[in-house]
Amino acid sequence: MTKVVDRSPLNFYERTYLPALVEGFKVTARHFVRSVKGENTATDLGDGYYPEVPWRVEGGYRGAPYLVRDQEGATKCVSCQLCEFICPPKAIKITPPGPEAGPADRPNAEKMPREFEINMLRCIFCGLCQEVCPEEAIFLQQHYSLSGLSREEMIYNKEKLLKLGGVHAGIQKWKHKLEEAKEQESFPVNVG
Amino acid sequence: MLENLFIDPTFQFVLFSAAKIAVVFGVVMTFVAYAVLVERKVSAFIQDRVGPNRTAPPLALKIPVLGRFLQRCGIFQPMADGLKFILKEDFTPAYVRTIYFWIAPAISVIPAFLTLAVIPFGSTLGKQQMVIADLNVGILYTFGIVSLGVYGIVLAGWASNSKYPFLGGIRSSAQMISYEIAMGMSVVSLFLIVGDLNLSKLIQWQADNGWLVLYQPVAFVIFLVSAFAETNRLPFDLPESETELVGGYHTEYSSMKFALFFLGEYANMIASSAMMVTLFFGGWSLPFLGKPADSLLGGLVHIGIFIAKMIVLMVVFIWVRWMLPRFRYDQLMDLGWRRFIPIALLNIVLTALGVALFNR
Repeated sequence: MTKVVDRSPLNFYERTYLPALVEGFKVTARHFVRSVKGENTATDLGDGYYPEVPWRVEGGYRGAPYLVRDQEGATKCVSCQLCEFICPPKAIKITPPGPEAGPADRPNAEKMPREFEINMLRCIFCGLCQEVCPEEAIFLQQHYSLSGLSREEMIYNKEKLLKLGGVHAGIQKWKHKLEEAKEQESFPVNVG
Repeated sequence: MLENLFIDPTFQFVLFSAAKIAVVFGVVMTFVAYAVLVERKVSAFIQDRVGPNRTAPPLALKIPVLGRFLQRCGIFQPMADGLKFILKEDFTPAYVRTIYFWIAPAISVIPAFLTLAVIPFGSTLGKQQMVIADLNVGILYTFGIVSLGVYGIVLAGWASNSKYPFLGGIRSSAQMISYEIAMGMSVVSLFLIVGDLNLSKLIQWQADNGWLVLYQPVAFVIFLVSAFAETNRLPFDLPESETELVGGYHTEYSSMKFALFFLGEYANMIASSAMMVTLFFGGWSLPFLGKPADSLLGGLVHIGIFIAKMIVLMVVFIWVRWMLPRFRYDQLMDLGWRRFIPIALLNIVLTALGVALFNR
């Protein structure tokens, strides 16, 4: 449906600028009075202001990307480096384990990164790493206030990312494979 | 010898004038600092924000209840602001015209303070008249000094040697000169009625016959709007206009030099508020307090009345800034030249006719 906007020329009263003054005063006075009386929900948060009482963000918020562990405490990342390749500002740097490093800390994973660094000064919080990750190992979480005293400090390493990321109690992608394998070990017994 | 010196009228005049200058300067500086605070608080409240509510020296927080309250009001913020301006790095870009770059802030701040010299801010205190210089051509002096204010801004814009300040400077020169005409014409009608250019006599006339704003509302509106344009306040802050010219004429300035421009703007606001109180709102007089004070207390009450009226007008200045959007440049010029100047001229003619007919 087309909405026709009324563009008729201003009448004399409107051209004196008085209605604009009156309306402007009404709007500003309303906000002013509300703020002074403390009825303004935008400014009155009840229990305090930002640095002491952090701002609470909703679930879908895209904050800093952190690595997560599964519910058994194992690293989910398998060092596939897809996030490193897709990262638009090249904030992610993964050091793969190489031949000499040990196996991953969970069964059914061939490898895990030896080092995983995100430069939070480069990160643009786009969420592509989360989208591309086939293992659901990296998530944009709800931290929004990242600060440090040096550039080096703002490069988060694997240990720090895992600690901040916590546990993601989602699906364990290769769990059923592991269980199948276990069942196969006792295959003849089941037939019985 | 020494006693003679104190009785000597010239010495006494110098002494009292110096004291008055010192007090007025101090009061105006305090006013500037707290006008900035009020501006920040009022803008915050109008825009659903909180405003400065954290700064406080550690000792002040030791006071029970009151310390916290003052902190929330931001009472200590101006001190922190001032300290910041003094301690900041004073950066002079390499491409500026150095000499003019340095004198521009001074030129913009001095006229603002000079205009205060002729404003009677009280009747009498003891035997002293409460005005620094009781000139017989008070209003002419004011307009002469006010028109100097534009030089600071134009010089700053030109000396900065970069695009935005230059545009700001050009705009301000055109704007301030056009509005000075309307402003000057609007007060002519007042002096037609009163018949004297001395501001103290003007106030005495108002104390006897009622405020001039009642006789000359049109002149008041023109003066008020022109004052906004003269002090570069919104809706006429085209020389500064942050959204299009970064900071306008003071883009390249930092630290204390910037603070001087800032100070000049607020001192200008105070000066024009004081001017409006004097010209239109009866200065230190109230309808039932029209005689010059004969006691010390009465003198102080008169000064208080003047300051109270001034504060009301300052709040109007501050409030309007957050109420109205900026005018376009052609609208500004149109309003000045094609509306206010003809209206002011007509007002002069009508007033002159009125005076000629009724004041025989």
